[in-house]
Amino acid sequence: MAERNTFRLMLLILGVVFAFLYIPISVLVGLSFNEGGLPTAWTGFSFKWYGALLENDDILGAAANTVVVAICSTILSTFLGTFLAVGVEIRRRNGKWLETVIFAPMIIPDIVLAIALLSFFSLLGAKMGLHTIIVSHVVFNLAFVCAVVRARLKSFDWSIVEASADLGASTITTLYRVMVPVLTPAIVAGALLAFTLSVDEFIIAFFTAGAGRSSITLPMQIYAMIRFGVTPEINALASIVMTVSVICLALSQRLNKGGLSG
Amino acid sequence: MSPAILWLLALMVVPCVLILVLAFFQRGIYGGIEYTWTLENLALVFDPLYFKIFLKSAGIAGLSAGIACVLGYAAAYAIAAMPRRNQPLLLFFAVLPFWSNYLVRTYAWIVLLNREGLIVNLARWIGYQGELPSMLYTEQAVVIGLVYNYLPFVILSCYAPLSRLNPEITEVSRDLGASAWTTFRRVTLPMTVPGIATGFVFVFVLSIGNFVTPALLGGGQFQMIGNLVYAQFLTANDWPFGAALSMVLIAVMLGLLMAQATVAERAAGMKKDQGNG
Repeated sequence: MAERNTFRLMLLILGVVFAFLYIPISVLVGLSFNEGGLPTAWTGFSFKWYGALLENDDILGAAANTVVVAICSTILSTFLGTFLAVGVEIRRRNGKWLETVIFAPMIIPDIVLAIALLSFFSLLGAKMGLHTIIVSHVVFNLAFVCAVVRARLKSFDWSIVEASADLGASTITTLYRVMVPVLTPAIVAGALLAFTLSVDEFIIAFFTAGAGRSSITLPMQIYAMIRFGVTPEINALASIVMTVSVICLALSQRLNKGGLSG
Repeated sequence: MSPAILWLLALMVVPCVLILVLAFFQRGIYGGIEYTWTLENLALVFDPLYFKIFLKSAGIAGLSAGIACVLGYAAAYAIAAMPRRNQPLLLFFAVLPFWSNYLVRTYAWIVLLNREGLIVNLARWIGYQGELPSMLYTEQAVVIGLVYNYLPFVILSCYAPLSRLNPEITEVSRDLGASAWTTFRRVTLPMTVPGIATGFVFVFVLSIGNFVTPALLGGGQFQMIGNLVYAQFLTANDWPFGAALSMVLIAVMLGLLMAQATVAERAAGMKKDQGNG
């Protein structure tokens, strides 16, 4: 009897916590399809507000900027992060400072990195824009790519690299014909993670974008819109952004798991 | 040297060192930086006016971390009590909201809490006629937002030790006559403290420097340390003071993270001892 009651209590806890986690975002997505656009009354299902997004040049411009920033920083960080991971795993014995430098971008608070980069760029006299956002995003993105690829390398069978070398392959050939194919799922998983982080990143982009509308990214646009209150357009935009990141990260996780077990 | 290391040195290490140095320079008359050494900025951080904001931020971060730990531990405990085969799926859905954009998750609470929001409408619908207190732009709204955003993290950190817990140990405790509550308090809880500590420290660290949630859900009603730093750099144009503030903020965060690492290490050591004994 007591056992059953405990089990019921556990189900109740799960119900409450999952309601807390899912009601806010579900309401948001639900309202984005509400024809009248008001939270007070449901007037019918409609894609109207999604259509309105396509006519908003500010949002389209910001979305284009975000795609540019995310793609560029993903490509750069995937290359840098993968080579870094291979490098540190081959060396095995790494100094503590090296591990700290690689790990730091993942835990350093966004606001600190943001102001540090802002001060750095302005002292250099660099003109800020999309390029400064890109190089700044690479800082934390490469750390995440590196972590994902390193995790895969932990279970990597290094003897196949030796075998490849024994059979006469050059280092470059071994890298591209032996290591890259094995690491591909992890590299793609890392790239997807980097892409999502970059699409969603707000604070660092906000500080390193410089003045002017030309380098506004989607999260910056959303932040500016949210400050003026709730509108059906933001509901639609927020729903899209949320769906994109959840899909990308789910894919990334899946690839990563498959890579580890396979 | 790897190009990635160069990248990190140039764009992370150097800028962070720059902030440290900046904190000891003077602010120019027109907002620029004057290159004379001074301790004034650091002293100003501990001026009651600003130190109050520090304490307030720590209070809000502590409250959020505490609530997140209670909720997160309960959820993790409940997940660990479900049949083994269902646990990965439950955990997946507990973490899923964490994967969506931070701004969007915060905005979702503006939708719920604003004056025309769902909660007010729900109250009206039930038949409540009176004036409702403003829910958005309050301290409580900020705490709710922080708990909401970081809860999945605590669920993960608490689930790890709970799922590794050997069920035989709790059975022994029950066989020896301890009640379910005593068993939980004296056996389960102490063995899972490292998970709670990790969750608490991370939520605290992420909350104390947060400026997005106080800005959006607090509506500028009060400042947290993140907002103060933000203002020094983007509006007040007092970079040295902003740098000094961030320096103290980093020191607090690093101290907590190191304390958490010590707790984790000690727990790992304890387990080893048990294994040997």
